[in-house]
Amino acid sequence: MNKQEKEQYLREYSILKSQGKPFFPYAVFKDGTMACITLAVIIVMSIVLGAELGPKADPTTTSYTPRPEWYFFFLFELLRVIKPPSVVFIATIGIPTVCMVLLILLPFIDRNPERHPARRPVAMLTAVTVIALMTYLTVEGALAGAPGKITLKTPPQYQAGKYVAAESGCQGCHKIGENGNAGPGPNLTHIGARLPRNAIARTLVNPTAPMPSFVALKKKDPKKFNQLVDFLAQLK
Amino acid sequence: MKPPLPKGLTPKPPRPGSKPAKNGARANGASVNGDPKALKKAKKHAKRESLKTQALEVPIAMVGWLDERTGGGPFLRAFLFRKVPKGTNWYYTLGSATLFAFVNQAVTGVFLAMYYNPSTTQAYGSVNHIINDVFLGEFVRGMHKWGSTVMVVLVFLHMGRTFFFGAYKYPRELNWIIGVVLLILTMAMSFTGYLLPFDQRSFWATVVGVNINASGPILGPYLADFLRGGAEFGSTTLSRFYAIHMLLIPGLIIALIGAHLYLVSKLGTTAPPWLKAEKARELAEEEI
Repeated sequence: MNKQEKEQYLREYSILKSQGKPFFPYAVFKDGTMACITLAVIIVMSIVLGAELGPKADPTTTSYTPRPEWYFFFLFELLRVIKPPSVVFIATIGIPTVCMVLLILLPFIDRNPERHPARRPVAMLTAVTVIALMTYLTVEGALAGAPGKITLKTPPQYQAGKYVAAESGCQGCHKIGENGNAGPGPNLTHIGARLPRNAIARTLVNPTAPMPSFVALKKKDPKKFNQLVDFLAQLK
Repeated sequence: MKPPLPKGLTPKPPRPGSKPAKNGARANGASVNGDPKALKKAKKHAKRESLKTQALEVPIAMVGWLDERTGGGPFLRAFLFRKVPKGTNWYYTLGSATLFAFVNQAVTGVFLAMYYNPSTTQAYGSVNHIINDVFLGEFVRGMHKWGSTVMVVLVFLHMGRTFFFGAYKYPRELNWIIGVVLLILTMAMSFTGYLLPFDQRSFWATVVGVNINASGPILGPYLADFLRGGAEFGSTTLSRFYAIHMLLIPGLIIALIGAHLYLVSKLGTTAPPWLKAEKARELAEEEI
């Protein structure tokens, strides 16, 4: 902006300002309402979603999948996409640092005196691209890295059972398709071919140690239990 | 003829600058017949009235006392009654909502700090104690946990508003820079706070996070060593994260919020960009 544009802006701004209303009580009323809404949202989230604690930190475990807070998912996903070790620092430090520096320098990069979004096509396009990219990476990060995810293709009637298996943490000890650990439990990818349905159900209720028993699930939610058994029985 | 009033009830001559007593006449009228009961009542009434006027003067006197010593009156008046530009809408409340979310984090954080113990052996147990034993403990921890999510969302929305309204342009460039630093500090708050419950999820996420820092060129390994408090992830790490989370970053955030708000009140909030052209035309007509 040159001197003339600066002066013109300040002049127009002072006119708009003089035509405005006082901060107190008009803007304060809006801010106060928004503060109440913010507080209400936080309280509702606290009551509905709770604040449960996971299992105690154990530095000796190796199978635990680390998950960041959801607003770091886009960084997490970046790390997953860029795999070769020699360029990992580009994903971890390079891209975030460059983004932050660009963000800080934004007022010096974008020197267009226009303020109306319609007359700033380059800025708007950049912003929309960045927002879309971050949303995409966040969603991908949320889905791909989920600890209880089974990517195996399943007929639609067995989808519900697949979710039960995923959330029960079966892959901690069993391999199902591409997911899960290869031990200590047997591979479940073709378990339906080796065991009939009722044998699978019996093993779930009365397993060989160290596998935990699913008797609690059978009593609490028999429908879920049956879905799980159906899913496992069709893995052939 | 009226009987002479008792000395305590005679209205005092007005002092220069004081308001005339409002109910003096009524108090006098009640004691016309000299009835001791009425007299007592009138006395009581007069006493109450004088107390009331005195009580009303207290806040004024206090404000005056403060103003005389701080000179804050004109500043406060300029801050509260400054005009906000025409067209100021609900999008402009995102900044103050972010501030409010930060206050929520500070208040709930203080209560959590009363019970939290930042040692590797005690941390998990103390958080468990907060959730299960402390009155409203889980609720307050929930407010702190979800408050951080709300704050991050509000920070991004506030930044989006600033960007789309072109509010980072002259003369508010410096305020944009302060805002970006506040965004980075908010993310750092989230990162350091994530470890504190010391459950599996937070522990492994932080190990990965610190390793990410270590992968950076030149400064990376040093930053990772600083965060860990050594080459290994140990008990110093947790207390270090705790100190950074509740002392270092909040101090910086409060200072920068102060600067941010000072600039906002000095430069004023922007008008919505679509108002500009219209107003200029109106002005041109007025000038003609």
